[in-house]
Amino acid sequence: MTTVGIVSYGAYIPRYRIRVGEIARVWNDDGEKVSRGLGVYEKSVPAMDEDTVTISVEAARTALENAGINPQDIGAVYVGSESHPYAVKPSATIVAEAIYATPDLTAADLEFACKAGTAGIQMCMGLVKAGYIKYGLAIGADTSQGKPGDALEYTASAGGAAYIIGRDKLIAEIKDTYSFTTDTPDFWRREGQEYPEHGQRFTGEPAYFRHVVSASKKIMERNKLKPEDFDHVVFHQPNGKFPKIAAKKLGFSDDQLNTGLLTPLIGNTYSGSSPLGLAAVLDEAKANQLILLTSYGSGAGSDSFIIKTTKGIEKRKNVRPVRQLVNRKEYIDYAIYAKFKGKIKGVALER
Amino acid sequence: MARDVAVIGVGMTKFGEFWDRGYRSLITEAGSKAIIDARIDGKDIDAVYVGSMSPGRLIGQEHVGALVADYAGLVGVPAARVEAACSSGGLALHQAYLAIKSGLYDIVVVGGVEKMTDVSTEHATVALAGAADQEWEAFHGITFPGLYALMARRHMMDYGTTEEQISLISVKNHANGKLNPYAQYQYDVTLEDVMKSSMVADPLRLMHCSPITDGAATVVLASGEKAKKVCENPIWIKGSALATDTLSLHGRKSITKVEASAMAGKKAYQMAKVKPSKIDFAEVHDCFAIAEILAIESLGFCKIGKGGEMVENGETWIDSRIPINTSGGLKAKGHPVGATGIAQAIEATWQLRGQADKRQVKGAKTGLTQNVGGSGATCTVHIFSEEK
Repeated sequence: MTTVGIVSYGAYIPRYRIRVGEIARVWNDDGEKVSRGLGVYEKSVPAMDEDTVTISVEAARTALENAGINPQDIGAVYVGSESHPYAVKPSATIVAEAIYATPDLTAADLEFACKAGTAGIQMCMGLVKAGYIKYGLAIGADTSQGKPGDALEYTASAGGAAYIIGRDKLIAEIKDTYSFTTDTPDFWRREGQEYPEHGQRFTGEPAYFRHVVSASKKIMERNKLKPEDFDHVVFHQPNGKFPKIAAKKLGFSDDQLNTGLLTPLIGNTYSGSSPLGLAAVLDEAKANQLILLTSYGSGAGSDSFIIKTTKGIEKRKNVRPVRQLVNRKEYIDYAIYAKFKGKIKGVALER
Repeated sequence: MARDVAVIGVGMTKFGEFWDRGYRSLITEAGSKAIIDARIDGKDIDAVYVGSMSPGRLIGQEHVGALVADYAGLVGVPAARVEAACSSGGLALHQAYLAIKSGLYDIVVVGGVEKMTDVSTEHATVALAGAADQEWEAFHGITFPGLYALMARRHMMDYGTTEEQISLISVKNHANGKLNPYAQYQYDVTLEDVMKSSMVADPLRLMHCSPITDGAATVVLASGEKAKKVCENPIWIKGSALATDTLSLHGRKSITKVEASAMAGKKAYQMAKVKPSKIDFAEVHDCFAIAEILAIESLGFCKIGKGGEMVENGETWIDSRIPINTSGGLKAKGHPVGATGIAQAIEATWQLRGQADKRQVKGAKTGLTQNVGGSGATCTVHIFSEEK
């Protein structure tokens, strides 16, 4: 059996932050109560010139710098996002061109709400394992949208992570991957709609928890592993509360969860969410550690991965660690936020 | 020649938030259970009544009388939907009672059902606001928490009722709901939990409000003659009354006296030949905690204005002077609006049959149910007895 895994990774989080309390002030909400309820205190905001493509390029460049490989050896680029700047015209081609990976490669954009990034990792794993390509680049990135005044506005943020998948020079092996998928419409945005809609409480039990818990349980069962066998666990993080509840349901401790839990400080980066959480864990991980990663995408599905770090992880450190990106921040108020996000009527940004 | 009417079978679904169950599945389950409990066959059923407030707005389905008969395997049987907002269930029960009383039918199945969680909270709130006066109330933005908040404020001002007294109703109803396996919320809440919950419409907080619920309930009624033939433990409906008030709250002389409830209560007491002091327990319409105070006052369990005090003195708990809402009430059992009036009748039946398990009122002989539509424009009161 050919071993596949992570050759390197890179992350990117825009520097701007808005506090939950500032958003609550505008909508006459109790900011402290909202923060306590959601487990989110501030979120990242993309600047006017940032979008899914620029975030993807930043993350991909860091991944390449960390890997020290020739971009021409990349045979596939997949960008997973629900905020691709173009409805028709790929983000992946811009990214591939910007990192000098063109023209001998395949490229495509993916969308599966918040889990398109991990879906890209699975696709790269397949191509690498089959021997069609040497390296594959999978990215999960978003500049997610929340309707002004909607609960989503407290969490929808921006960021992303890129993973180079290959057979050699691995910093971590991917031992197994398993997906749990159903048609569960908990969150959606139709063609032409500016903001997504969600099914309120429906997004919890039958959507997030059923899929995250089922996928995690199944992959542990078929690998004969228990929660206590893992050093770290990363779940999709739509808010600070859901991953904690999922961890508790499955029997993971706060210590296993906390290294990769970023939502309280950056919000929900959607397709970037669990990939960024994994990146934060890999930043801290030592050799021979076991990590469980389970993403979640509304609609709905979860991709689970069992990842084991190699000695390589101690040799090649991430040049731009995730926590550094989390701490690099500049606060803005709601007015500037509204301008950056194109929410001021009449001065919509040219797309 | 007046005939007696008895409950010979009851059945209900668990109340709650059922992502994977639809309207027809809920009412079919409740109906089947009631028919099995009554030990009758489909061919024995003369007619079907269904109380349902807003299936058109909540699930896009009208014409539910025929739908329910169809899914119950009773095609051909007379079936009708009855609507009076949150008192649709109580009204359906009253209609079924009249149908038997008239001599036209001998056995009538009467159900109530609502499927409310397929839509957003905002959508459900708008659907429920249809129970208010659309032109004079709803169009101006007031919803039900707002209307009941006005009633609560006025009651506090006129009679010195306190937020603690109102909150104690939620504490009691949750304590009762904990003992009811059919309840949506089977856990205790403390006075502090209630008083610190989010403000919805001052002074009413989240924990003073009944929830949005899916559920169905069904009872089988029979004429006295039929009941004696097919049933060992019939529960007799001694009084069944209906009254109305102005649709809008502002049309009333007093917004703290629920006149329709007082009128229906008075009529039901006359029919049953009992006084309020002879009632052993009551299920009342606590859509908001203040409504339970208004109910016990209007039904004569205490003097007008003394409801808060009665609650504070602990006179409404199980094993006290007059147990109110042993089922957990709308607050803890849940409030699938059309099903509520029927579910109240089921609790009364279980209590009088001695089948209420841990929440059994000892020696219960006579029970009352009160079901309110809107802010009090429709009210039904039923009195049940174990004795004919």
